[in-house]
Amino acid sequence: MSDVEYTVKQFILKEFLPGEDPSELTSSTPLITGGILDSLATMKLVMFLEERYGVRFEAHEVDADHLDTVADIAKLVAIKKG
Amino acid sequence: MATSAALHHYLIEAARRWPENTAVVDPGSGSLRYSELHRLSDRVRDRLRAMGVRSGDRVGLYLRKSTDGVASIYGALKSGAAYVPVDPGAPPSRNAFILQNCGVSALIVESRFVERLRAEHETLGPLPPMIVLESVGSGRGLSTALDALDRKGLAPPTDTIDAAPDALAYILYTSGSTGKPKGVMLSHDNAVSFVDWCSELLEPRTTDRFSSHAPFHFDLSILDIHVCIKHGATLVLIGEDVGKDPERLAQLIAAERISIWYSAPSILALLSQFGRLNELDLAPLRIVLFAGEVFPIKHLRALTRQLPGRRYVNLYGPTETNVCTWYEVKLPIPEDRLKPVAIGKSCSHLQCKVVDSEGETVRRGDEGELVVAGRGVMQGYWALPEQSARAFLAQAKERWYKTGDVVFEDDNADYVYLGRRDRMVKRRGYRVELGEIEAGLYRHPTVKEAAVVAVADEETGVKIKAFLSCREEKHPSLIEMKRFCAENLPTYMIPDTFSWQTALPKTSTDKVDYQRLKEMR
Repeated sequence: MSDVEYTVKQFILKEFLPGEDPSELTSSTPLITGGILDSLATMKLVMFLEERYGVRFEAHEVDADHLDTVADIAKLVAIKKG
Repeated sequence: MATSAALHHYLIEAARRWPENTAVVDPGSGSLRYSELHRLSDRVRDRLRAMGVRSGDRVGLYLRKSTDGVASIYGALKSGAAYVPVDPGAPPSRNAFILQNCGVSALIVESRFVERLRAEHETLGPLPPMIVLESVGSGRGLSTALDALDRKGLAPPTDTIDAAPDALAYILYTSGSTGKPKGVMLSHDNAVSFVDWCSELLEPRTTDRFSSHAPFHFDLSILDIHVCIKHGATLVLIGEDVGKDPERLAQLIAAERISIWYSAPSILALLSQFGRLNELDLAPLRIVLFAGEVFPIKHLRALTRQLPGRRYVNLYGPTETNVCTWYEVKLPIPEDRLKPVAIGKSCSHLQCKVVDSEGETVRRGDEGELVVAGRGVMQGYWALPEQSARAFLAQAKERWYKTGDVVFEDDNADYVYLGRRDRMVKRRGYRVELGEIEAGLYRHPTVKEAAVVAVADEETGVKIKAFLSCREEKHPSLIEMKRFCAENLPTYMIPDTFSWQTALPKTSTDKVDYQRLKEMR
């Protein structure tokens, strides 16, 4: 698991899944389609990522096609960081 | 001679027609025939009159459910008083408040409750005159208490009081928004019109055996007791412990050959899951009535499959009107049905309509608040004139009681319940009915009980919290529940938090205690 994946996972567990067993959240757990991130939560995650990694997300990227799993998110952040 | 508009006339008439029929059974401790119940309640009447009770007074009942309690109810009514049953399991401070609030002029009480009540009354003033029972069960405790009082001085025989139709028959206290219980005042005509409507619906026979599952301070007991007595049938009292234990309860229904069952859906749901109904002979059971909350459709379907060929009737109504609409469930319930059954049509002694926030009748099919008028509608709340006035539609010629429930009328002219006005919240601009989320959660195979509350949240406006109990030892993960909800509910309905409990907290009437859930973290 990459550093970004680990960080994203910790953030999601803390913010949106308090009390959940960390091993239940894997890199491929569906987040948006799985009901863990609603639109508000997704926005919150994006703001966290932008601040933490100094990247910018386009409006069209903030959806289930781009951000549905921890692996997807980490991949997109990695691309943006170049 | 009592008028036909008085509730106790049913007992007088039944005792004349069927003196030898069994009126009440206390399983495990005995039974009383109609002639005996009539005589015992006459003795209560005479004693209450001797204690100073007069027409229009209130008599408190602080007893566990028992034949003694039934005789006390009729004794109080025959004396011209309204009966005020309190929950023997409730804190004595609450009961002391109720008895003080409506100013009972006498109290029939079990000795086990007297000391703590006396302690409460130190600040409230003197206790009213009391008939104190050492025990209850099959009327012996009451009889013994009356004997003891007779030895000190006989109560002269009196006549049964003719109650006017608008005289109060009973006051039932429900939880009030201010935190203090409020007394719903119901007259003889309110009760008699309801009981007579029940006769139309159920066509009871003298051979019927009615369950008395609900406690006497709960409005379901009005049907149990008075419809049963009117028809010379047998009332089978079900104690609180057995009443909550599905396996023992199912055995009791079989052993007592209960033919007309009435309870909240929650216990029926437990019976269908844990009652081992298929191992029992429940042939006499012909009618199953339920009321008080929404029956989750999967449990109703399971029950009707285990016990086919019966009439299942959903009765709807607040304490203020007792039952005001009814719906007979059409069997079989399709496998793919997800919505609960309708609450149906108005009872024949009442009128219902759906109004908007201005009190104007909405178009058929539109949502609005259900309002009810007619003979069954309460007189008001005891000593709360402002709350009583607010309970009815303003500026209307008739007294339309506002139920606070949001419904619509479907294509079959049945009312469909959508939820409490106060259980609807706006979330992300959508109107969310918390009951709909509960119905969604119930579809998860391991969910045994589900309750959802909305609490104010600084960040998002409203936070939706789900409380669940599980059928299995290991409950599903949060992620699994969220995924399940995402597949079954719109996103804006997915709860923010899920909390697993061994069992959900219940009120004294065995409904989910939402107030306590709201206070839980």
